[in-house]
Amino acid sequence: MYRYDEFDQQFVDQRVTQFREQADRRLRGDLTEDEFKPLRLMNGLYLQLHAYMLRVAIPYGTLSSRQLDRLAEISEKYDRNYGHFTTRQNIQYNWIKLEETADLLADLADVEMHAIQTSGNCIRNVTTDHWAGAAADELADPRPVAELIRQWSSLHPEFSFLPRKFKIAVTGAPADRAAVKVHDIGLRMHLSESGERGWEVIAGGGQGRTPMIGVTVREFLPEKELLPYLEAIMRVYNLHGRRDNKYKARIKILVHEIGADTFRDEVEAEYARGSEIDIAVSQRELDRIAAYFAPPQFEELPNWSPRNEEHKATNKEFAKWVRSNVAPHKQDGYAIVNISLKPEGGIPGDATADQMRTVADLGRRFSFDEIRVSHHQNLVLPHVRQEDLFDVWQILSAADLATANVGLASDIIACPGLDYCALATARSIPVAQSLSRRLADVERQQDIGPLRINISGCINACGHHHVGHIGILGLDKKGEEFYQITLGGSSSEDASIGKILGPGFAGEDVPDAIETIINTYVGLRQPDETFLSTLKRIGAQPFKEALYETV
Amino acid sequence: MKLFKDNQISQDTWTEIGDDPLPAVGDLLVSYSRLSAEHATLTQLPVRLGVIFDNAERAEVLKDHLQSLSLIVLAFPSFGDGRAYSLARQLRDLGYTGELRARGDVLPDQLQFMMQVGFDTFEVSDRFTEQDWRRAAEQISLSYQPITGNKQDIWQARHAYAEALREQPHAG
Ligand code: SF4
Repeated sequence: MYRYDEFDQQFVDQRVTQFREQADRRLRGDLTEDEFKPLRLMNGLYLQLHAYMLRVAIPYGTLSSRQLDRLAEISEKYDRNYGHFTTRQNIQYNWIKLEETADLLADLADVEMHAIQTSGNCIRNVTTDHWAGAAADELADPRPVAELIRQWSSLHPEFSFLPRKFKIAVTGAPADRAAVKVHDIGLRMHLSESGERGWEVIAGGGQGRTPMIGVTVREFLPEKELLPYLEAIMRVYNLHGRRDNKYKARIKILVHEIGADTFRDEVEAEYARGSEIDIAVSQRELDRIAAYFAPPQFEELPNWSPRNEEHKATNKEFAKWVRSNVAPHKQDGYAIVNISLKPEGGIPGDATADQMRTVADLGRRFSFDEIRVSHHQNLVLPHVRQEDLFDVWQILSAADLATANVGLASDIIACPGLDYCALATARSIPVAQSLSRRLADVERQQDIGPLRINISGCINACGHHHVGHIGILGLDKKGEEFYQITLGGSSSEDASIGKILGPGFAGEDVPDAIETIINTYVGLRQPDETFLSTLKRIGAQPFKEALYETV
Repeated sequence: MKLFKDNQISQDTWTEIGDDPLPAVGDLLVSYSRLSAEHATLTQLPVRLGVIFDNAERAEVLKDHLQSLSLIVLAFPSFGDGRAYSLARQLRDLGYTGELRARGDVLPDQLQFMMQVGFDTFEVSDRFTEQDWRRAAEQISLSYQPITGNKQDIWQARHAYAEALREQPHAG
């Protein structure tokens, strides 16, 4: 994985020094809160309901064991012994003191990490496929390009005061695990017939109050043109995006208001205009970055481990876990281990310091020192020998990290909601907790099949409810929380926005409602049909009938 | 109005003339609408000419004026309104080499970015000292992006360094 050189390190160190000075000015009263706000936001420091929250960037969700160990240590030193992994592959600490933030940032810089641009109206931490470099279906590892974008977008002088925040996602696989169609810019790798790499550039997707699927601006952009082309898009947005209304300021609204064709013309015209400053990075720099992402030294192994098969045959719990949480690897004899941070009744995405250390240690011993954070708020050990799966599972079990529900009904995405977030209209964590208790039976979940349930605590949609197969949106009606349910969303290659089913439900009735929806699907599905394909075939009506007409 | 220019605070020598009759001497700063309406007259005067350019305009419309302009003023209505950064880049890309001035909500914390996209003078209030501005101009010396001015960006610097090593004869 990528390692800082002296320049990257100096860049981040300077930022810590600058923040320390800014925080001191604020603590002395030389800066007003209004003036300090944009400065702290540039460093990921938010003021929440009860305390400061710090969001730390985990670029494209990749961590080394040393970095994860440090994240654990930070949670003990500056927070309450836990951290919260987010839907943008980052980690948040919820109980941070302003006085200590600069020290915390210095501890991060020491392991080549930072919190730059995890908030504010700038280009946010770039995200990608959490199986990058390991997935069996991948064309190539997208992370060199993600790293290039990280560097390019870091304190970009022109694009740090955009109309609104800006999120870029990158994928190198045909199965889209990075949700590229619902990002401000999504990049999807394609190979030309001659094997040359190019990128499909998708712009104007997004969730929030006005969910939209992005439009393709270029089908196949040669890799070396990527940064100049991104600059053209950013410049068009920076100049013409709306600044009069923060809810209409995302690029999706610009694309929607002027139309995809006009937007495309604007971008192409800006791109054709060219610039005296050549932003395109030299091949040598691309190669330098790519070298860091060379595959690890895999052993030559058969794609079948007798030891693993034997344990599966004799240990039912292990077999269930393998079935749900282990995915095929591109290298024979290896597997991708997904670690669920969604235990029954738990808070989605939370991990204690001890759990982080356990995973860091597993990464060190079994996964070439690499860990990933997924945008489903889980962790991943990307390169585990099939031979070692049983040992890994035993250690995970002992740390309460072996819930066998990855990709299943109780692998719920939930935003912090009213328990932490100042913008929330309803709680989302308790709803996720009660649902996960209700749906806990793994065998039943495996029978139900892949199911994505996403919960947001307000219309800002941080819990991605629009793209949940089942989406739950918490709202407030005259001081009472109630929950609207949508069906049919997806953030994959078949991206779509879920549709509202009907009147909302009180919090305590949500588990029953979800149960009814699931039972309706199970009753009506044909062999091999997933939830989404059944819904597509029969429409929402049977679900509505089951939910509203029988009660 | 005071300016931060060439690393020090100085007094502005330009006269903003609004809708007043045109004086025949001095450094005259006019709005873009006046510039385009009275272009012929203005370029005949033996004066230096500057324009206050609106963020909503497109940089291209200034293309034919650039030769006759010695100053372009771009505004930051609030520090969070970043349109002027892109306009500055576009104007420099169009070949404008004269003075590019930032006005409005200009704070030391944003000075570095403004310099990097091509601004070279800044209208400043009394709130910050010359020392504050100088410090801000120095604060972050490294940047990834190739920038206007003579500092080297990280992408070039790291290879310039590697290049130097590569060219050394084998030691021993
Ligand atoms: S969706 Fe709303 S409640 Fe949830 S984190 Fe986002 S802003 Fe807060």
